[in-house]
Amino acid sequence: MWRVGTVVALRDETATARTITLALPDWPGHVAGQHVDVRLSAPDGYSAVRSYSIASASNSEKEIEITVERLPNGEVSSYLTQDLAVGDQLELRGPIGGWFVWRTEQKEPIQLIAGGSGIVPLMAMIRSRGAARSTTPFRLLYSVRAPEGILYRDRLQALPKEDSSLVVNFAYTRIVPKDWPRPPGRIDKDLILSATWPARMTATCYICGPTGFVESVTDLLNTVGNRRENIRTERFGPTGERK
Amino acid sequence: MTLQTYSYSYLDGNAAAGELNRIFAVDVTTAKGECVNCGAERHFAEAHLYVQCPGIVARCALCGHVLLRLVDAGDRMLLDVRGITYFSVKMPQTQASNG
Repeated sequence: MWRVGTVVALRDETATARTITLALPDWPGHVAGQHVDVRLSAPDGYSAVRSYSIASASNSEKEIEITVERLPNGEVSSYLTQDLAVGDQLELRGPIGGWFVWRTEQKEPIQLIAGGSGIVPLMAMIRSRGAARSTTPFRLLYSVRAPEGILYRDRLQALPKEDSSLVVNFAYTRIVPKDWPRPPGRIDKDLILSATWPARMTATCYICGPTGFVESVTDLLNTVGNRRENIRTERFGPTGERK
Repeated sequence: MTLQTYSYSYLDGNAAAGELNRIFAVDVTTAKGECVNCGAERHFAEAHLYVQCPGIVARCALCGHVLLRLVDAGDRMLLDVRGITYFSVKMPQTQASNG
């Protein structure tokens, strides 16, 4: 049930987010969008479990990457982003979830919308698309507070230049880059209309972010004519103190 | 431990997949279930999931009725599915065994 993964690489993505590469000798493979549960145990028997989306492409490698954002007072995320070292072992369970996934067989246009670290499972979809050499049209709308908070920034800025069927749009809620045409603000109806597939394309939409973000974006997508059946969501927020 | 004010924000039914996999042989978050209260038939993944409690509680995304409760009580799991009339589970395709 619980597998043991060995940390083989650590990479800082931003000032608060770190990507952890884990070697898992018996990993069965995963589908883009799936997550793992990570369990930390203390010698006194206390344990804490948190869910993290897999960031790496669906492939046959016996390695996965997760990207962890450090949360204020997050006992697990603080450990994973600050104390964990190469060679350490982590207990994890997965791959988990068959709903919020993109499979390379899907041929319909895809709309990805991320809020903050909600980009992680969507990046797995983008990477899986690339790994499979799929030309399925993808659009990503990625909302972040400020430019320095963008995860996978170099890849996300480079990819659309190499591949015209992948469109990436950023939206900034607090601080915008110099000469950015849009003032800082949350995703609104105008941005949905200009940066996402028209509803008539019946794109499958994947939205991942904090609960309020997902709620508001789902409403906007519905308002402009997208059907509920085509929208898949993954909210994240405070997790329970599960043992 | 200090008393905290919880915002009661929720997750999606997807987030329960890990815990439910401990009991079920297939991923029931992709199954459709019918709400006892309002009759909506939706994927379990679309339910609203509350985890800031001594277990997990799934509520119907449409009417808010409790669909499922799951508690890990150490040596046993307690599962209450009284809010779901039925599950419609798409089974993984297996190799055809008959000619």
